[in-house]
Amino acid sequence: MGAQKKSATARVSEDQEELARNPLQAILLADSFATTFRPITLERPKVLLPLVNIPMIDYTLAWLESAGVEEVFVFCCAHSKQVIDYLESSRWSSQPNFSVTTIESHNSISAGDALRLIYERNVIHGDFVLISGDTVSNMSLTQVLQEHKERRKKDANAIMTMVVKKSKPSPITQQSRLGTDELFMAINPVTKQLLCYEDKAEHSKGFISLDKTLIADNPSIILHNDKQDCYIDVCSQEVLSLFTDNFDYQHLRRHFVKGLLVDDIMGYKIFTHEIHSSYAARIDNFRSYDTISKDIIQRWTYPFVPDILCGSSAIKVERQGTYRASDVTLSRSAHIGSFTFIGQGTKIGNDTKISHSVVGEGCTIGSNVTIEGSYIWNNVTIEDGCQLRHAIVCDGVIMKSGAVLQPGVILSFKVVVGQQFVVPAYSKVSLLQQPTQQDSDEELEYADNTSGTGELRYKLNGDIAADLSETAYELGTGGVGYIWSVFEGAQDEEWKHSVAPIPKDKLVKLMLDKDEDEEQLTQDGNVLSASGELKADSDDNGSEDDDNADSRDDYGFFEKEVEATFLRAVHENVKVDHAVLEVNALRLSYNMASVDCAGAIFYSMMKLAVESPHHSASELHRNAADIITKWVKLLKSFLHDIDEEIEVILKFEEMCLESAKEFAALFPQVLHLLYDKEILQEDAILRWADEKEGADESDKVFLKSSEKFVQWLKEAEEEDEDD
Amino acid sequence: MDFQVVVLAGGNSKNLTPLISKDVPKPLLPVANRPVLYYVLHQLRQSNLKDLIVVVEGEDAALHVGGWISKTFVDGLHVEIAAVPEDIGTAGALRAISHHLTAKDILVVSGDLVSDVPPGAVAATHRRHDAAVTAMLCSVPVSGSLESGSSGGKDKTRKPGRYNIIGLDPCKQFLLHIATGSEIEKDSRLQKHILHAVGQMEIRSDLMDAHMYAFKRSVLQEVLDQKDTFQSLKQDIVPYLVRSQLKSEALLNGISQAEENGNEKLSSPNNQVLVSKILANASTPSFHEPYSMEPDGSAQTRKTHKCCAYIASSSSYCVRLNSIQAFMDINRDVTGEADHLLSDNIIGPSPKLGTKTTVGPHCMLGEGSEMGDKCQVKRSVIGRHCRIGSHVKIVNSVVMNHVTIGDGCIIQGSVVCSNVQLQERVVLKDCLVGAGFVVTMGNEYKGESLARKEK
Repeated sequence: MGAQKKSATARVSEDQEELARNPLQAILLADSFATTFRPITLERPKVLLPLVNIPMIDYTLAWLESAGVEEVFVFCCAHSKQVIDYLESSRWSSQPNFSVTTIESHNSISAGDALRLIYERNVIHGDFVLISGDTVSNMSLTQVLQEHKERRKKDANAIMTMVVKKSKPSPITQQSRLGTDELFMAINPVTKQLLCYEDKAEHSKGFISLDKTLIADNPSIILHNDKQDCYIDVCSQEVLSLFTDNFDYQHLRRHFVKGLLVDDIMGYKIFTHEIHSSYAARIDNFRSYDTISKDIIQRWTYPFVPDILCGSSAIKVERQGTYRASDVTLSRSAHIGSFTFIGQGTKIGNDTKISHSVVGEGCTIGSNVTIEGSYIWNNVTIEDGCQLRHAIVCDGVIMKSGAVLQPGVILSFKVVVGQQFVVPAYSKVSLLQQPTQQDSDEELEYADNTSGTGELRYKLNGDIAADLSETAYELGTGGVGYIWSVFEGAQDEEWKHSVAPIPKDKLVKLMLDKDEDEEQLTQDGNVLSASGELKADSDDNGSEDDDNADSRDDYGFFEKEVEATFLRAVHENVKVDHAVLEVNALRLSYNMASVDCAGAIFYSMMKLAVESPHHSASELHRNAADIITKWVKLLKSFLHDIDEEIEVILKFEEMCLESAKEFAALFPQVLHLLYDKEILQEDAILRWADEKEGADESDKVFLKSSEKFVQWLKEAEEEDEDD
Repeated sequence: MDFQVVVLAGGNSKNLTPLISKDVPKPLLPVANRPVLYYVLHQLRQSNLKDLIVVVEGEDAALHVGGWISKTFVDGLHVEIAAVPEDIGTAGALRAISHHLTAKDILVVSGDLVSDVPPGAVAATHRRHDAAVTAMLCSVPVSGSLESGSSGGKDKTRKPGRYNIIGLDPCKQFLLHIATGSEIEKDSRLQKHILHAVGQMEIRSDLMDAHMYAFKRSVLQEVLDQKDTFQSLKQDIVPYLVRSQLKSEALLNGISQAEENGNEKLSSPNNQVLVSKILANASTPSFHEPYSMEPDGSAQTRKTHKCCAYIASSSSYCVRLNSIQAFMDINRDVTGEADHLLSDNIIGPSPKLGTKTTVGPHCMLGEGSEMGDKCQVKRSVIGRHCRIGSHVKIVNSVVMNHVTIGDGCIIQGSVVCSNVQLQERVVLKDCLVGAGFVVTMGNEYKGESLARKEK
């Protein structure tokens, strides 16, 4: 560090010149390419959702402006029109030293696509800041930019600097605060180079794997579980071209960062910059929406707080963190608790209690209403006696009298909740129907994002009345809207990401999950010791050697894949050459030898023969013969030498004993058949016979049954020699 | 201090043939004219740790070692010699003498450790944290002498056992992960639950487990009893304790799901009480504490134990004599840069030197040795009662006791054991000559190991 600083002062003037030449640029992704904010994001882009009554993107832009960024390229995809319209009408279009340019796309489905498009536009000329439009921060970029530049000068491969921040100390709050998945990062403490990045870590795994080369190269590595990724990156131009080179990079972290870390050919490096006192966080889900809103109200993000950002509209900050616009109509008996925001033109009735909540502009709230920890956007009508706890209520919603929202409810735009209706916890309600093919799978998450947004919306607008009449009862009498069903699998996760505080039992569950990890670990642990050059521990016979288990598992998967490929080839009449190619591809991806291929293919063939209809052994034999005749070339292409042929025989034996006992009787015939078709050479069969000679009696069943054939082969061979 | 010290002075380490023999068991292998065991015992005496059990493999060796100790350390050390069968491993050796252990804490030191790290400091660290185990870690020694510098790179792949991968907490007090032996060559697997509890873990590959451990006796005996397949302290017991530190209850009682073994279950009830007793007196606040609390505040707590690390400062000297290379290195260092290890060394009456014979710095000549004319000795150790002829050149070598070297011999980078006879004009380069061997006149050897055939 000392050396860096010295050189920094020496080069300051140089740097300033550079800065003068290239205005600092930023790419702001105004689309998160995720579905966490559905159903709200079906109708409005995420970046325009109000965060304490101000659209998220305003926080991001205000911060970029204050941090000295001069040119921002806003990439918009979903609802791009809304974003562009908003930006044009906002103050950002007319700032003197801060230009905001929009880049529109209709077919990007990921951050990777977005960056590829931006690369094609050729608008980025130097280092740039890459963020998404849902980032709230007040950090200064000077230092991180400086560090990045210095590093670049020394090492052209240092192409990215990620901003990280220490998260909360307790292991439970680390995850529960922002609702993000746990994140493990390995960082070199001296150079701050990022060595390993593991998010979405599978819970089932009780350990983290660090590559041995990392350890060999770095005498000291710090593995962090207590850092939070702020999703603020300072990148060099190469990052864009890398996305273009690797057209399969989609996700910034999962593909790009991990891709760079794994790839050791190009040698690109990523570094980290830790911020300590400034604020930086990204709104990734409803939970972080809730947390960050609270942080804003409690002024952690200063100067980006509502009263300053709004400027003219005169929001007053009162005691206990209460924000109130000037023209709020408040009943005398209404009680506004601490950390609450009340927007302009909102009317609040008698005996209503509001605390820890945000109420937007032009809302009408009746009497005896209880609002706790909720986010009510603009022009919402809440009639008398309603109760809201930890809910998000979007624009134009009407809650009829006595309606109750249980914790974690999301009411999307213009939903009407019927009288006395209780919306169950964690439900998401929208006027739009839930897109049918939903899946928590991440690829689908990308795929259906764009299709789900545009078309669906306008198609539904036409016959919305008809649709709604059928299902109106869902929200009680007079209610309008669909309650989205929670699809399976995500059900467990719902509480993690909702605005509602995590119930106690779930916290316990979170800890118990870890306990489960530990149970796993017992096995892992024992395995560790077993691999540490000693005989397996007496109590871990079950998991004696997991390396073997892994490879066995792998083989199992591989075999299944091969079988599927083969069956497809059979049913769709794929050419043999193509099937060979496919199997070869599988072989490479599973890192198998061609012996394994031969075994797996033969297995699939025989299985098919058994599964095709037959009534007698002879029919079965005919089935097998047909299949073998037809696919002999496929099998042959993996039989390069005798070992592989022997493997086929062994595989067949195994099948006869286990999965396809029907073949047991046919063993010699099929063996003969394979010989006739020149799949097996006589050497292979003889070698197999020799090997089996010394085996147990039980193991020799098939050898005996095919004794005649083997004998015949031997004689034939002798005759050959005689010739 | 209620500490008992176990010095594991076993081993007919195969790495050291032909240097060690029946007459010279490993603990008595001379380093700068003193048995290697001396260095450990000396340090223990300095730290006022005087209650020792020296464990030696094999009865004969035990007699030899016992004889030497009673001759050398007459003052103050209370030493018991225990002989154990060969090849039962370090854990096996401890198991064999387990009934002799009575003190609250046990310090286990390897007898081949040449170090200036005070064992007392390790013991104090152990006590301060009330740890279940404390391991002494030191910087990885710079291996290879000037001449064998090329072997540095290869060394790593050949002897990975000397290196460890170690995980520490941010204050570098607790040991969170340790990998030894073949695990180092694999990708490291770090346990998430420990990471969860600590937040961040520093992974170091430049530290070495110096094989000096302080154990809580009850924990040690517990583990020795229950895990009867554990053979090695370094590879089994310490890693086991480290990885089970946050869930010691489940493991020490053998009631975890993973262990479906019948006998384990049988033994669990009586141990439960014992273990909870052992662990009840944890006092220093650390990451273990919050972890041991249930999130809902219920009374049920998790059992944890602490694994600590004592990290020797990088300037201290710490090497284990477990290979020929290490033997050469130690001999060189003890006479050279680490000569403070010999602080109270009694240098015998100056040996007789012939005319024009030069003995360079960092050399040592044992008492009663004689050298002829025009000899040259550089960076070498020469033992007692050696007779060295004229025109002999000895560089970077170790010559033990009662060696006869004829005129005109050249010895480079070699080890010549006791009672060896080198006749005239023998040239040895990078050779090992076993005890009692006779090298006939004019022979030249390079990189060979010469030893008498065992009768």
